[in-house]
Amino acid sequence: MNISLSINGTTHDLDVDPRTTLLDALRHHLDLTGSKKGCDHGQCGACTVMVNGRRINSCLALAVMHEGDDITTIEGLGSPEAMSPMQEAFVGHDGFQCGYCTPGQIVSATAMLSELKEGWPSHVSDDLVSAPKMSRDEIAERMSGNLCRCSAYPGIVAAIQDTADKETT
Amino acid sequence: MTRHLRMDEPQARLLDETGQGVLSTPLPRPEGPLKVTGRARYAAEVTMPDMAVGVLVRATIPAGRVTGMNTSEVMAMPGVLGVWHGGKMLRNPAQGTANAAPVQPGDKVAYYGQPIAVVVAETFEDARAAGQALKIAYAPSNAEPDPDTAATVETAEGLDQGDLEAAMDSAAYSIDAAYTTPGHSSAPMEPHAALAAWEGDNLVVHGSYQMLKYNVNELADSLGIPPENVRIHAPYVGGGFGSKLGIAPEAVAASIASKELGRPVRVAMARQDVFEMTMRRSETRQRVRLAAGVDGVLTGLGHEDRVSNLPGESFAEPTVQATHFLYGGENRRYVQEIARVNRTCAGSVRAPGEAVGMLALENAMDELAEAMHVDPVDLRLRNIPDTHPESGVPYSARSLAECLRDGAERFGWSERGLPGERREGEWLIGMGVASAARANFIMESEARVTLNPDGTALVETDMTDIGTGSYAILGQIAAEMLGLPMDKVKVDLGDSAMPPASGSGGSFGAASAGSSVYLAAQEIRAEIARKLDCADDDLTLRDGNAVADNRKTALTELIDAPMVGHGHLEPGKTAESHSQAGYGAHFSEVAVNEVTGEVRVRRMLSAFAVGRVLNQRTATSQGHGGMIWGIGTALTEELQHDPRDGRIVNRDLAEYHVPVNLDVPDLDVMLIEERDDESSPIQAKGIGELGLSGVGAAITNAIYNACGVRVRDYPATPDKILAAL
Repeated sequence: MNISLSINGTTHDLDVDPRTTLLDALRHHLDLTGSKKGCDHGQCGACTVMVNGRRINSCLALAVMHEGDDITTIEGLGSPEAMSPMQEAFVGHDGFQCGYCTPGQIVSATAMLSELKEGWPSHVSDDLVSAPKMSRDEIAERMSGNLCRCSAYPGIVAAIQDTADKETT
Repeated sequence: MTRHLRMDEPQARLLDETGQGVLSTPLPRPEGPLKVTGRARYAAEVTMPDMAVGVLVRATIPAGRVTGMNTSEVMAMPGVLGVWHGGKMLRNPAQGTANAAPVQPGDKVAYYGQPIAVVVAETFEDARAAGQALKIAYAPSNAEPDPDTAATVETAEGLDQGDLEAAMDSAAYSIDAAYTTPGHSSAPMEPHAALAAWEGDNLVVHGSYQMLKYNVNELADSLGIPPENVRIHAPYVGGGFGSKLGIAPEAVAASIASKELGRPVRVAMARQDVFEMTMRRSETRQRVRLAAGVDGVLTGLGHEDRVSNLPGESFAEPTVQATHFLYGGENRRYVQEIARVNRTCAGSVRAPGEAVGMLALENAMDELAEAMHVDPVDLRLRNIPDTHPESGVPYSARSLAECLRDGAERFGWSERGLPGERREGEWLIGMGVASAARANFIMESEARVTLNPDGTALVETDMTDIGTGSYAILGQIAAEMLGLPMDKVKVDLGDSAMPPASGSGGSFGAASAGSSVYLAAQEIRAEIARKLDCADDDLTLRDGNAVADNRKTALTELIDAPMVGHGHLEPGKTAESHSQAGYGAHFSEVAVNEVTGEVRVRRMLSAFAVGRVLNQRTATSQGHGGMIWGIGTALTEELQHDPRDGRIVNRDLAEYHVPVNLDVPDLDVMLIEERDDESSPIQAKGIGELGLSGVGAAITNAIYNACGVRVRDYPATPDKILAAL
């Protein structure tokens, strides 16, 4: 099928199998290999991308479902020469080791901060109506869909906290 | 120029004299910007023109023979290019350092999940559909899925020193307890993958492996070609934890298909493949006996275990590895039973041996302390032997006592109460401790360092960085030795055409590969000294300058052609003359919910002594990694095998529970200052596995201290705790 996808502000025309996931369209068709395949079942979060500003597991979405959507991948957040504040914080706090889950962690964290700002409650929030606090547990809970087997969680939480603190000052 | 060193005796601590000041400091990883922006390219992300894609198809019986498959039907499906099975295909990955092909089973099936065929097509979607459509016919035979009832059990007499039975009979205090631990999966985030391409008789593989010099030989042997025809690239490896030590089925499958098709072929494992056909850690059944005098000093120690593996596999989980040297006691006995089963191959998973053996040993020590009403930290301090309790050899640097004492003080251990004493609402709070110990050794390793006339340096070795920090520490060692700022040093890794390093495994990578870089740089230092006509010892290199006899010369002025140093390290006599290990102490505080049996780890502290620390940041992160694996081991991780056919039922990340972010509390890592002169010329030891050794026991000991429930059957899930509350 011929579709066009808007990725990191650029429109790409491509011919995909209707069975092609959004993740495989990125990795196999567009050579955007920053989004990782860890499980292909929505269990690990390594494939996290933003669709219209919200984080999703791109392995659970078909490419053909996302024509007209605004897709942001890790490549769209920054480059080695011009990293985003979140990417810089991950380097600074050693929020990764092997690096394979890292793009998913960073895209997820970037979108997560917006959710927190918009007042979405989580499992560890005090209640469902008051604005959730930016706390260690809120970050940890909201990032628990992104697995890291190297277990860089302490650095991941510190990097996100640091980025959030800098955004508010 | 090659500098060759056999580690026969301690070496001068040159790295304490150099002046650049970059070694040991918490520098960020140089490859970090590539990783955080998604630009680091892992094995399955390399593309080649005209590349085809393969998927592996797994066995659905535990034992028997393949009698046929609907190949012609599958070949007629859209895009399908070929189906290969039998022949050179592998039964399971090679064990670490095997250096030769693993079993190539032909039509025989030895476990549920064994790779039977590779189906190759134009696209991933076509290959996956064809793989699902492949119907394999079998002639099943009797299977032995259960290690407890297996017909074939081999016994390995470990050691029988003195008279343990008599020591138990005459002991003032004794413990005789049984523990069980389930199988574990490495579960690296990057599934194993290989892209194979042939140019004539030469094969290039982009793969995800830990030990390239062995992997080249394993792949060549599997395919029946000379090793010099094989080149493997693995610059980035998305975690290994032992599962990528040896060449694995996807590399051989991709190579076979690529050869026949005359096209590059990529085969990446599905997550379910990773669980079923890469190494599992064996389940264990352990019995620990401790005999102690009135003073709590051990007089006897027994550690017996049963593990399992496929028939014919030489690997057996070395459960008692640390038991040999950690504590004293003149009467000792170890026996290991190896049950032959039709289950996924067992092999090295992070800290093989210690990861599960120390759970039982450190739980038993806690039980002994409880029986004696002695502080468990104190009990451990009383049992640190003067010399190796079996061989009698001395220990190399061993800061176990410092780790226990300093760790206890910083953790606030003195606040620990009796079981059930501390309560917050429905939560019972407790603290636990365990020693950490992990046998240390180095492996042969080579590296090349080039100092260029422009004042930059290049480090080249086939060493891998599987998240461990090789890029950082190898650059730091070269920069420190050559007196260069870090941004002047480039590190190239993960190409088998470069000098063969130790590879990543067994916590020996940093000290082994690091020492080979150190030796190569020493050779360059000697050449600079010759140019300046000074003794090696009188040379100082710093900030791009050489200083000798109060003369300062810029390296850029001194050098007119690249200086190349080759370093070659081999283990030697110090491996036998001294008992070497990394040591540490783990402390944890947990809350146990008395209504639900849920356990939350509230905080943890681990103190580690690993000789010279090469990078405080990456060493700390390795410590975190081990501690968090310990949370999984203690509370959630468990391979579940179907009793009928041995298959792994929870073969994905939704059902096999690795720790997630919210499972992890604040972690405190203390790195104790130490130099181990017998370990390596850079006085460093490994840390990657030490963090996991014993830590789960600190958690289960804390559960006991919180609520009085002793879980001896890992993991400590709520059902087991509730039943005993």
